[in-house]
Amino acid sequence: MAFPLTVNNLTVAYQKKPVLEDISFRVPEGKLIGIIGPNGAGKSTLIKAILELIPSITGDVAIFGESYKKTRKRVGYVPQRESVDWDFPTDALDVVMMGRYGHLGWFKRPDKKDKAHAMECLDQVGMSQYAHRQISQLSGGQQQRVFLARALAQDAEIYFMDEPFVGVDAATEKAIIALLMKLKSQGKTVLVVHHDLNTVKEYFDWIMLLNVKLIGIGPTEKLFTKDYLQKTYGGSLTMLDSNTSPIIVSPR
Amino acid sequence: MNHFWIILIGALVGSSCSILGCFLVLRKMSMIGDAISHSVLPGIVIAFLISGSRESLVMMFGAAAIGLVTVFLIQMFQNSGVQADASIGVVFTALFAVGVVLISLYTRQVDLDLDCVLYGEIAYAPWDMLHFGGTSIGPKAVWGVGASFLLNILVISLFYKQFKISTFDPALAASLGIPVVFFHYLLMSLVSISTVASFESVGAILVVGMIIVPAATAYLLTDKLSRMIMISIILSIVSSLLGYYVAYLLDASISGTMVAVTGVLFLVALFFSPKHGVLIKKWSRRKLLQQN
Ligand SMILES: Nc1ncnc2c1ncn2[C@@H]1O[C@H](COP(=O)(O)OP(=O)(O)OP(=O)(O)O)[C@@H](O)[C@H]1O
Ligand SMILES: [Mg+2]
Repeated sequence: MAFPLTVNNLTVAYQKKPVLEDISFRVPEGKLIGIIGPNGAGKSTLIKAILELIPSITGDVAIFGESYKKTRKRVGYVPQRESVDWDFPTDALDVVMMGRYGHLGWFKRPDKKDKAHAMECLDQVGMSQYAHRQISQLSGGQQQRVFLARALAQDAEIYFMDEPFVGVDAATEKAIIALLMKLKSQGKTVLVVHHDLNTVKEYFDWIMLLNVKLIGIGPTEKLFTKDYLQKTYGGSLTMLDSNTSPIIVSPR
Repeated sequence: MNHFWIILIGALVGSSCSILGCFLVLRKMSMIGDAISHSVLPGIVIAFLISGSRESLVMMFGAAAIGLVTVFLIQMFQNSGVQADASIGVVFTALFAVGVVLISLYTRQVDLDLDCVLYGEIAYAPWDMLHFGGTSIGPKAVWGVGASFLLNILVISLFYKQFKISTFDPALAASLGIPVVFFHYLLMSLVSISTVASFESVGAILVVGMIIVPAATAYLLTDKLSRMIMISIILSIVSSLLGYYVAYLLDASISGTMVAVTGVLFLVALFFSPKHGVLIKKWSRRKLLQQN
């Protein structure tokens, strides 16, 4: 059984200075993994490089043991919410339907079955009553749910989500995390860029600490310690010390 | 009969430009249409100098090629850190200037009237008939613009899904394996071709109007992309119809009036659109205040 994700010696640079340096790791199946690191650590870049949205200088990535080109259909992606124009003339259901495009091939249009499937995905994130609402008339949290529903519509086995909790209220956050846990229990692998250190222990069974270099990846209880966090965040982290479970005062 | 041909040409130019305009407006690239319509000038002149003919097809390829060069240059400058609007401005003015210089250098060989290129003269278009086997089969412009209209319809409806998703969310599109860059350049080629096919009849500057204004108007009137495209086509047809008669009554420039009408329709939509209309917003706010 191949690992869902294997990254070897990945280095990425936009200009001269690498923003990701020699990253190597492997991710086992059925884990909910938090990607954690300060602003500019390269978290979004890592996801984009894995999905070949930006070129990498060195390194290779295998998804289920094969190149991404061959495994696209098994991968779901939730970009940062600000990355799209929410004034686009379309409604929530239509956005979710875009998640089906990967399965449709070049010329096929989405049909009734795809529509029903998209509707089901909207329902799973509690958004079915907003299916026909123009997307600019949704709140930030609702837009985030639509993005999540779209990822569900991709029917993937490994998911990459870039900050799905930004601008989301506590109830929505809990609903989303419950959904991610459900995906995990179905044996899917979910990688989530996450900023709130206070909820890390509760949400993720694995974490990946990133700051240009890979600081560490593994079970949360092993890596979520003062030492590792200090290494990841440098001086910008203030903690009220209680060695085993650090209480974070200002994570940024 | 000439009335009919002129209106038909105007409607075809409008429809073929506004389909593309919808995507340009949504990609926040409406000024690219402006840029291409100017920078194709040297392409046309060079194609003319090489081939020695005013054959539309040759000119169209020359122009489409330069159109792509334009987009490529703009992209390149942008990637190397120049502001988007500045790089558009630099590229198209420079290329346009090259075209002007070329025309002035080869005035004798080049029977291209700069005024005609810029402002076009749709009134004369019906006289330039195309002949097939000795019989006239309608004005050349109808065939040229009609062909570009059909090409746009064909390409856009064939790849509607791809154009839509790579406009809305290029990152997701790319991750799904849709060649976003290819579709970007495909769209730009269509813009170049439509511009060239149209400018002989309505003029380069006025093509820009048909690219941007009906699409921007339709954007105010609907929340659905397919409907936005339909509405923009209808608006451009209405504009050429109304524009023609207004120009006829006033004895004014026909293509100028057609585009002026698109502008008027835009204003009407801006004030009265049920969703985004300025007046509707004011009115419902006042109603809310009265209730409280
Ligand atoms: N398009 C770009 N061109 C040049 N540099 C970039 C580009 N995108 C990101 N960078 C740089 O790469 C580094 C990593 O950026 P990235 O967006 O991956 O960080 P991140 O960890 O996702 O941060 P955040 O928590 O703020 O989202 C940053 O230093 C950023 O300045
Ligand atoms: Mg980021």
